[in-house]
Amino acid sequence: MVNRRQFLSLAGIGGVGAVAAANTVTAQPAPVSTDARIVIIGAGAAGTALANVLHRRLDGAQITLIDPRPDHLYQPGLTLVAAGLRPADYVVSRTTDWLPPGVTLIDDAVTAVDPETKTVETSGGESLAYDFLVTAPGLVLDHDAIEGFSLDMVGRDGIGALYAGPDYAARTWQAASAFAETGGTGVFTRPATEMKCAGAPLKHTFLIDDVARRAGNASNTNIIYAANNDALFGVPIVSEKVRMLFQDRGIEPVYNHVLKAVDAGRKTATFVTPDGDRDIGYDYLHVIPPQRAPDFIRQSGLSWADRWTDQGWVEVDPQTLRHRRYPDVFALGDVAGVPKGKTAASVKWQVPVVEDHLVAAIAGGEGSKLYNGYTSCPLITRIGQAMLVEFDYDNNLVPSFPGVIAPLEELWISWLMKEIALKPTYNAMLRGRA
Amino acid sequence: MQELTLGTLIAVLEEIFGPTLFWAMVVVAGLITVAYLYVLVRDRAVSWRKFLLAQLSMPIGAVAAVLFVQQVTHSGFGDIGGPIDLMVLLGIAVAGAIGMAILVYTVQSLVRRRKPAGTGLG
Repeated sequence: MVNRRQFLSLAGIGGVGAVAAANTVTAQPAPVSTDARIVIIGAGAAGTALANVLHRRLDGAQITLIDPRPDHLYQPGLTLVAAGLRPADYVVSRTTDWLPPGVTLIDDAVTAVDPETKTVETSGGESLAYDFLVTAPGLVLDHDAIEGFSLDMVGRDGIGALYAGPDYAARTWQAASAFAETGGTGVFTRPATEMKCAGAPLKHTFLIDDVARRAGNASNTNIIYAANNDALFGVPIVSEKVRMLFQDRGIEPVYNHVLKAVDAGRKTATFVTPDGDRDIGYDYLHVIPPQRAPDFIRQSGLSWADRWTDQGWVEVDPQTLRHRRYPDVFALGDVAGVPKGKTAASVKWQVPVVEDHLVAAIAGGEGSKLYNGYTSCPLITRIGQAMLVEFDYDNNLVPSFPGVIAPLEELWISWLMKEIALKPTYNAMLRGRA
Repeated sequence: MQELTLGTLIAVLEEIFGPTLFWAMVVVAGLITVAYLYVLVRDRAVSWRKFLLAQLSMPIGAVAAVLFVQQVTHSGFGDIGGPIDLMVLLGIAVAGAIGMAILVYTVQSLVRRRKPAGTGLG
């Protein structure tokens, strides 16, 4: 027999699970009635999440999304696909599965935007007038900018390019795993332009190094990381930590090396460096091309005129994401011309800001929320460990769990977040619920 | 995390398991809890014998929970990198142990009805 206290503690254990489910309804402001025409270009992470929250916040608005691709891609998963940890279809879903009823999806490409007459032209010949425009088309991977490279080379002859999509990420794993099995020289690059998730080139480097190590090829593998400038990461304190980890793993960093050309026959990559072109032979080469805004953005007059002139990001206020010259235009996600934040985590923080200012504008007021440049990068350093790096425009570390999850420490919990919690959180964001 | 509310947490868990499986598991966990409370109230006492077996099953639940999490996340004990990792590991083990204990105790109580006094069982 147990005594009364033990009985009560046993009963208490059973009761723990019953506490959930209360208070799930959070206070929502009443919907704003409007007949505003809102056009959102792009049904990626940003466009889809915004469509869902606007659908809830506005009553009667005409919300139109334009995106030619029927598939939605969970891009943070591409790193895992390219390391053989997930199949290609892990990142693919249908765009229509995420959209609320009542939102119109046009499956054409945008060919032109005229912010003066407030119209958007599509490849299907439609001309859409808008009261508010949100540009969230993502960015363009400029593979043609690398001489001698084309996407059909990915997966063969030791060439990988995981950014190019789920199938290319899977083929990247084919090439990378073959390299890890045999050893040799692996060369990992990043472009000199702004780019999606600047941590991904490092993650791929760490992961393939780890795979080669586990295959017993640490001694006959030479890993080179080619940084485009004199740092390994945009945030100095993180860059320094990565430098130490590289030293620990025996990964050789080379600085101010920008990939210019690939000679697949000779297995040689040519880099532009301050000392002129330099050839590096490879057994595995990971190519990440320069990245730019889509042509229709660059031709619309929405881009910055004096910054990123070769890339064409939209000229928005960095804190409100509202266009600096056209107040009825916003930009979200990769295309936004802000110093950091081409990640899904940034989108999660950006969407409520645009929602706030857009709904306030419709209601005849001014929004108050500001975006501080927050972005987050679960920087994988090996299979099973990551550093949960979070930072803002000013290169400050802004940890979500200070004192609990150290940002510059290789931790299992940070890996668990990337592996199992990130996609559900992302999906909840798409539905406008997180 | 922007803000971690219960609503967000439930949304995330729904996405991990799918809404149907998630709420089915919540219902199953709830039913086991109710059944556990039911047998406690019904029997007016904790059976030492059943509790002993439940306690003996706890390490199995703990190890099973840890191995399950490691299996689905491609990781192992060598990935423990700091104090928080150890706490997470122990938390998973404790959750597995308690869940297993409650399950074993409840199943025993439901399957093996109390025998008349003097049989030595119960």
